[in-house]
Amino acid sequence: MLSQPEGSKDGPVHIELRPQSAHAVDAPAKLRARDVNVFYGDKQALFDASLDVPEKAVTALIGPSGCGKSTFLRCINRMNDTIATARVTGRIELDGEDVNDRSIDPVLLRARVGMVFQKPNPFPKSIFENVAYGPRIHGIATGKRELEHVVETSLKRAGLWNEVADRLQAPGTSLSGGQQQRLVIARAIAVNPEVILMDEPCSALDPIATARVEELIDELREEYCIVIVTHSMAQAARVSQKTAFFHLGKLIESGNTDEIFTNPRDTRTQDYITGRFG
Amino acid sequence: MTDAALPPAGAQPALQRSAIEARLKARRAREARFRWYGRLAITAALLFLAVLLGRIVSQGYTTFVDYRMSVPVYLDPARIDPTDPTGANYDLMVADAVLAKLGETDDALGTTSGKLMALLSTDLGFQLLDKVRADPRLIGQTVTVTGPVRADASLYFKGLVDASAAETDRKLDDRQIAWLEKLRSLGMVSSGFNTSFLTRSDSTEPEQAGVLGAVVGSALMLLVTGLLSVPIGVLAAVYLEEFAPKNRWTSIIEVNINNLAAVPSIVYGLLGLAVFINWLAVPRSSPLVGGLVLALMSLPTVIIATRSALKAVPPSIREAALGVGASRTQTVFHHVLPLAMPGVMTGAILSLAHALGETAPLLMVGMVSFVPGVPAGFTESATVLPVQVFIWENASERAFHERTAAAIMVLLVFMIVMNLAAILLRRRFERRW
Repeated sequence: MLSQPEGSKDGPVHIELRPQSAHAVDAPAKLRARDVNVFYGDKQALFDASLDVPEKAVTALIGPSGCGKSTFLRCINRMNDTIATARVTGRIELDGEDVNDRSIDPVLLRARVGMVFQKPNPFPKSIFENVAYGPRIHGIATGKRELEHVVETSLKRAGLWNEVADRLQAPGTSLSGGQQQRLVIARAIAVNPEVILMDEPCSALDPIATARVEELIDELREEYCIVIVTHSMAQAARVSQKTAFFHLGKLIESGNTDEIFTNPRDTRTQDYITGRFG
Repeated sequence: MTDAALPPAGAQPALQRSAIEARLKARRAREARFRWYGRLAITAALLFLAVLLGRIVSQGYTTFVDYRMSVPVYLDPARIDPTDPTGANYDLMVADAVLAKLGETDDALGTTSGKLMALLSTDLGFQLLDKVRADPRLIGQTVTVTGPVRADASLYFKGLVDASAAETDRKLDDRQIAWLEKLRSLGMVSSGFNTSFLTRSDSTEPEQAGVLGAVVGSALMLLVTGLLSVPIGVLAAVYLEEFAPKNRWTSIIEVNINNLAAVPSIVYGLLGLAVFINWLAVPRSSPLVGGLVLALMSLPTVIIATRSALKAVPPSIREAALGVGASRTQTVFHHVLPLAMPGVMTGAILSLAHALGETAPLLMVGMVSFVPGVPAGFTESATVLPVQVFIWENASERAFHERTAAAIMVLLVFMIVMNLAAILLRRRFERRW
């Protein structure tokens, strides 16, 4: 089962759960959000969201459209800074440091917190340049040899190397949608981030490409703290260890994925995951 | 939902179907009509263009044919002082040589030679002077000089003088026309492509007037305009679009830039006169001051074009760059601006092409003066092509009018070359995403 028909009216949905590894539950929090409020102009988009995101695990943010899950995600690497009217209050700690602190440079923060977007957005440059760009601007790899090495390892980790090894100079935009999304993931991991944020990374992909990306996410969780926003509850169930449910700008509840899906405490969570609304 | 109002699925009632079909006919007719309107509009536009170009070319093409006369002149030592060759009357020497060929002699008052000199360009005399000055040993020998005939004679050879009109109604009398015919039969007159129109500058004599000075003046002025308006305009646009906070001040600036783009160009000329010439003492009628004025004029256009090119770059590219930790400056200069470059180039070239054809503001900064040479630098006196057209169009001599049309042709070629350059540059910068 690859995709979950959303909002189906046919009663409860059966979702297969992956056997969870124990460490997800006890893992120390990499990210700690406390009372995060986000305003776009006069409109409040997020109300007092508090969430702990464990290390080396996938945390899924689920909820109906416009519930604030993407807004929350974009607070973590301060992408909301680029929106002139956006205002963020509250604390988001990365390893105990507040990311909104004045002493934190957003450029440095984004080198530690990578991001993958909803639509694959490779640069209109070669595949090599796409991956090499981050390491180059951050000075992670300097010589040509070093850059080639970083590009190769990143593409291998993103599971794309075998498909593109012989055409690294081809434009990144010439790849298929799923390949582009894996290229973008390679680009993100090339700068050695600690956290990877994914904003509905599979919503523009077909089921086969989705499966490839999900596999990749599962592999990456060994090394990174991953936060993924998804509309597909099946996907959340498949790839995540922890799930947070957002509704109307509020974080309703969060917990281990199997608990949320089998035994939600809040009726709204239950209604959403069983497909009664959303 | 109004489920009840809809017919059962699968069966479309015949009534509804016929209604759709009836409308379908009208819809198709409307579409066909619209296509015809489009074709008509394009035909009309092409027709206007053809009339315009046809008129210019038919009026101006004769400029590119010129009639030259070759005259062997005996450099009489009695008439030239070797210590001061400049003092001799070379024009008269040429005229006497031609009179001898025609089998006529000058009268005491010089009316005959005067009449003849009205047919011969002063260029022949200048050529003799140059030769003697370069090599005084030529005195006492016979030297052949070749130069254009006077404009009136040239018009006669081109068949643009109506010889059947009353003698008082034309500039050439019957005797002069007879001379010209005799000279032609003697084989002293040759015709060919008029290179001197492209290699000489303005002159009081139409047959010696060319566009080189104006072309060089235009090029120098455009260089000043481009070097100032493109970098300043692009940077201003990048700042406003990518960095400036969106508040009342920036929106006031934006409105003002949009309004400045619509200000009549002569106002920029007045501004340039007041600021650059009267205050900053930039030399009048120089390519520098003209370029400065036109840079001011084209800045708003460059800014507006660049901003819209930047706006057209998908925001996902900005997010991608910021997402991997690029700073805002890196995002703009590594990704956004390169993608906007084709649009920026188009805007820049369009505004430069506009500047190339501009006359009014240049009249205000003294570029309307008669400049007989090629400007050697940015602060020399110069004229530019559209002003040259304006000056010649105002000239009373008829021969200047064909040159007006020819200068317009040169201006159009200049513009086509610029547009081609723009297309090539755009191709080079174009990248798809």
